[in-house]
Order: sequence, then structure tokens, then C-alpha cells
Amino acid sequence: MAAPPTIDWSAVISDPRFQTLHRRKQGFLAGLMVFSVVFYFLLPIGAAYFQDLFRIKVWGVINVGLLFALTEFVVAWVVAFYYSRRAGSEFDRLAREIAADYERGKVAP
Amino acid sequence: MTVQHRKALAWGLVGLVPLVCTTACAQGAVIPEYRWLTFTVFAAIIALTMYVTYVAAKRVKSASDFYTAGGGVTGLQNGWAIAGDYLSAASFLGIAGLISQYGYDGFMYSVGWLVAYITVLLVIAEPCRNIGRYTLADILAYRNNPKAMRIVGALSVITVSTFYLTAQMVGGGVLVKTLIGIDYEVSVIAVGVLMLAYVLFGGMVATTWVQIIKAVLLVIASLVLVILVWSPYGFSLPAFLQDVVSDPKVQARVATLIGDPAKTMTPAELGQRFLEPGLYFKAPIDQVSLGMALVFGTAGLPHILMRFFTVPTAQQARKSVVWAMAIIGGFYVLTLFLGFGAARFVGPAAIAAVDAGGNMAAPLLAQYLGGGTGSFPGNFMLAFVSAVAFATIVAVVAGLVLAAASAIAHDLYVGVYHGGDTVPPRQQVRAARIATVVVGAMAITIGIAAKGQNVAHLVALAFAVAASANFPCVLLTLYWKRCSTGGIVAGMIVGTVVAVGLTLVSPNVTYPKAVRAASQKVLDGEADRRSAIEQALLSTDSRVLEKARVDLTTLDKAVTRAKDDMARVEGQERSFLGLEEPVFELKNPGIISIPVGFLAVLFGSLLFRDRRSEELWPEVYARQNTGILASKASAH
Repeated sequence: MAAPPTIDWSAVISDPRFQTLHRRKQGFLAGLMVFSVVFYFLLPIGAAYFQDLFRIKVWGVINVGLLFALTEFVVAWVVAFYYSRRAGSEFDRLAREIAADYERGKVAP
Repeated sequence: MTVQHRKALAWGLVGLVPLVCTTACAQGAVIPEYRWLTFTVFAAIIALTMYVTYVAAKRVKSASDFYTAGGGVTGLQNGWAIAGDYLSAASFLGIAGLISQYGYDGFMYSVGWLVAYITVLLVIAEPCRNIGRYTLADILAYRNNPKAMRIVGALSVITVSTFYLTAQMVGGGVLVKTLIGIDYEVSVIAVGVLMLAYVLFGGMVATTWVQIIKAVLLVIASLVLVILVWSPYGFSLPAFLQDVVSDPKVQARVATLIGDPAKTMTPAELGQRFLEPGLYFKAPIDQVSLGMALVFGTAGLPHILMRFFTVPTAQQARKSVVWAMAIIGGFYVLTLFLGFGAARFVGPAAIAAVDAGGNMAAPLLAQYLGGGTGSFPGNFMLAFVSAVAFATIVAVVAGLVLAAASAIAHDLYVGVYHGGDTVPPRQQVRAARIATVVVGAMAITIGIAAKGQNVAHLVALAFAVAASANFPCVLLTLYWKRCSTGGIVAGMIVGTVVAVGLTLVSPNVTYPKAVRAASQKVLDGEADRRSAIEQALLSTDSRVLEKARVDLTTLDKAVTRAKDDMARVEGQERSFLGLEEPVFELKNPGIISIPVGFLAVLFGSLLFRDRRSEELWPEVYARQNTGILASKASAH
């Protein structure tokens, strides 16, 4: 295997494109993470402290609690899908551009 | 090892099955007339996985092949393998059982197991693929002191894997015994030997395929059962649940669970209560604590982390988590039908009569749907579900043993003892195989030694340690510039010690006084219960009569258990740590130990600055985000 090119890592992370990637990704990930965790904990907390609400029947014998638990599944899938779409269309492209430049040894202006 | 050797070994293992059958059979869920059928299905599945191992064994030449299948697994394959690695018998049989016994709370319990993958997807999977190689310690060692990281990383991996492994071995032994009646020790050895065969010869290649096969079989089995359960209702959810709550067996179960208030409730109200929260979880904070351990612990489980090193790129790692979430989530939705279906058709009491924890819900439902205890299709379905349960245990155990073995061979032997990559590839693979045999032998020994112990809480403890030690360390080394060697060492030690320590003084440990009081209560109430049941046995109403018979069996079991418990704690006053009662009231330590673990990394890093950790930060951060040189990670 050929020796890997020497890369100036400080130059990579101060590259404006990397800064853009970092900023967009960090905000997006933190937001999704906080939303998912808070939404998840609403379920056990609701089941413990809002039993009257969970009990209300909405569709035959199906109550709010059951629907809410099912929603947790849907929301988890939607978050996963939403993240992978944004990452696939935006983050990957930026990351590939940066990686290609620096792996070839070309330092962007 | 030559081809002939491998072939002979493979056939030998398949041949073990009938041998085990004729020598060690006792009473199980499968009736003796159909035991041959069960073993035929078992042998077929084992033969299939052995063939895969045989093919895989030819491909395992380097350490990279052994630990990560050479990084050549696709996202889709890895998604199925993650599902196979993750869906242990506890979730396959345990959650269906919880739903059949406690309704809504069982279903709510399953949610956390899926949400956990959001954490894995968003913050762990891709960075770990970009900078990791074989083990958890590889990630930590990138910017921190390598020797220190390999020691604490390996110790933590071994701790978490041992807790999880013990729960799987003991749970698996009990399960196989309950299902088909072979002796506990024989079951444990069978699980251990099979798992060793997969891992030893086929490394990660075989382990991956065994996990994929198991996950596919699990999903097929569940789908078939759900279609059979649900189709009579025209696939209408309200109609199905309406029938479940109208069932007298379900209503009787709710009445037993809630006690006195049931007397003023109508049968319809009792049934509806089965779909409402609160029948299983009594302490909300405990539930939140468990939820935290699940949601943050999964991302720190070494055998799950390891799966991300088997794919070539961060994109494939992402894809594999999305597939895993679809499969795992879909499976838990199917479990809703399995659990409620088992409650409706088999009945909560009949399930609990075979296994008090409800673990037999899915197998018994399969038998019922196929036509019942005496029928061929019924027993074929039971055999199939039992074989899938067996494959489940073996696949999960294989993943765990591989993770622990890689920590010993790659981190401790190659990394610490030899100080790096100077060890020739052949010797690395040999070290990995020796470590596998050691861990496998240990698993079998612990499994047999822990017979009869209540190990269910060990899985929760494994998640708690992973969430309190591994997760903060991995997360902060990836995302925090100031994170240092001192911080990681502090986080690993403090997180593990606090999680384990709190568990040792929690209600999970046996407190003789409490056991005695609970058993005494059962024995005191026995006479009244028995006379009530004897009254009912005189009834001419066949339904009352049937219920009374089930009640009688349940009572007899409870009394036997109470007497056993009394004998077990005879003459003892304190728990093994010398406590009369729990100091820490929660069953899961997560809510305390996770923040403490994070604080330990934080303070450790601020107190002990590390120049190397900070100098390498730009490299780590650039690589984890962009995947620069990811394919050449081994060149580092």
C-alpha cells in the first residue's frame, strides 16, 4: 500500500467548506437528537402522569395511549428517513468535495 | 485446518442434535411424540448456518477478515445483521410475553429499544466508521494515549459483554429447557459449542451471516403468525383489539392484577384496562431511568459498535442503521399482535403456567394457530418458533463473544502487550481465535455456574454501564476538543463503578427480610385461596371449572416457590453487601450514573490536559465528518 498523503488537518477544519458543513450538520443533528429524546420520554411520562388522557378512546377500543405509542414508531422512522435524506443530498456532497481535494494533496484557497 | 477437518466438524455438530435428544430429554413445551419434529427443524437450521460457516471459513485470512469481515459487508446486509445481533430472546420472546401478561405496558416497553437507534444513527455510526477499525478502544485511542485507552476500553468491553453474555447464556439455557425439555447444562453447552464453531472458524463473516439468517427467520416466523392471528378480523386493528378486550381470560387477568378495585368494574371495563398503562410499571422514575439506559446505552454496546466497522463507508453505515430501524421497529409492531394474540387465544394464565415470566407466549401462540397440541401443523409451528429462538440466542452470543475476544486479542494482546501493529497477521488471527475459545469457555462456565440465578437485570445493567461509561467517552472524544486521556480514564472507571455500585445496593439484589416477608404472605394466604378454589371446583359451569383448575396450578406453583425462597434465605438477615434493605430505590441506575459518567469525562479532561489529545483534535474532527482516508484507516 502506498503511503497515505500527508494532510494538513488544521487547514481542513478551517476550510470554509468544512466550516459550512460543520455548522449545518451540528445544528441539524443537535436539533433532531433533542427532539427525538424529548418526544420519546413523553411516552413513559405521559403513561405515568396523564393516565386519564391516555385512556380516552378514539377509534373503537383504541385509546390515545396506544395511538401515541404507535406514533413513537412512526416518528422514529421519519427522523431516520429525514436525516438520511438530508445527509445523503447535502452533507455527503460537501464531505466528498473536501475529502477529494485534500486526499489529492490540493489545498483549497 | 483442512477442508476435511472442517467438513467433519460441521457434520459432527449437526449429528450432536439427535444425540442430545435421546440422552437428555425431560418435560418441555413440546410433547414427546413430536420431539423428533423439533429436532429435525433444529438440525435443518443448524445445518444451514454450518454450511455458511464452512464457506466463510475459507475467506478468513487476516485480522481484518476475522474482526470485521474485511469491511466488505453492504449496508442492507449489515442492517439485517444489526437486527439479528440486537433482537435477543429477551425481545423476541420477552416482549411478546410482557404484552400477553400486562397489555399496554409491554408494548410501551418495546418503544425504547427502537428509539435507541436514533442516537446510534445521528451521532455514533458514521463517525465511528470513519475513524474506527476493529474495536471501541480503537476510537478512543485515536487521539488519546493508546495504551491507557486500550486497557480501559478493553476492560469496559469485557465488563459489558460479560453481563450481557451471562444473561443470554442463563436465559438461553432456561429457554431451551422449557421449550424442548433438554437439560439446562446440556442446553448451555450446546449454545456455547455452536457459537464457538461459528466464531472460531468463520469469524465476523460467519457471525454476520448467522445473524442475517436468524433475523430473516425471525421476521418470517413473526409475519406468518401475525397473518394467522389478524386475518380472521379482516386485518382491522379495532376489531382485533375489541375481541382481545372482550375475552374473559384477558378480563380475569386484569382482575388478578389490579385486585380489589376490580370488584366494582364491569367485564368490559376490565378488558379495556388491558390497553391502558400502569399494569406493569409502577414507578415512573424507574421507567425513565431504564429508558435513558436504553436510548444512550445501545450506542455504547461493543457488539453493536463493532458492526459499523464491517461496512466500507460512512454512507453504508448510515444505510445499515436505517435498515436496522425498519426491521427492528417493524418487528416490535408485529410483537404487538403476537402478545395480544397470545393473550386472546392461549390466555395469560395458561402462558404463565408454563413460564412465569410469560416467555412462552409466542411459541404457545404458534402451536395454537397451527391447530393445537395434538396436531402436526401445530407442533411444526412450535418447532419452528423454538428453533428460531435457539438461533436467536446463538447469534446474539456469537456477536458478544466476538466483541469480547477482539478486546482481548486486538486491544490487550496486540495493542498493549506488543505495543502496536508489529504482530504478523497470522499471529493476530491466532490470538483472536485463542481469545474466542477463552471467552466461549468462560461463557459456558458462567452459564452453568449461574444456574437458577435471576439474571434478567443483567441485561439492563449492561445497557446502564454502556450508557454511563462507553457512551460519554465515545461521544466526547468525537465531538469535544478538550476531551483528554484523563477524561476518558475517569469516565470509564467512574461510569462503570457508579452503574454497577448503584445496582448492587438496589432492589435487584436479594434482601432476605423482604423475600421472607413476601413468601410468608403467600403462605399465609394459601389456606383461604385453596378453599375458595375448592368451592369453585365443585361448580357445574365449565368455564368456572376451567379457571379454577388453572388457579389451582398457579397457587401450587406460588406455594412451592415461596417455600423454596424461604429455604434459600434461611438464617440470613442481610444482602451479600450486608444491607437489610436497598439504599438506592430504583431498579435501573441510568438516571444517576449517566450524568455522573458525563461529568467524570468533563472534569477529568479539564483537570488533566493532554497535549496529544488536543493536537490530534483537528485530525479526528476532520476525519469523522468527511471520511478523508477512511478506506485507508488501517494506515494510521
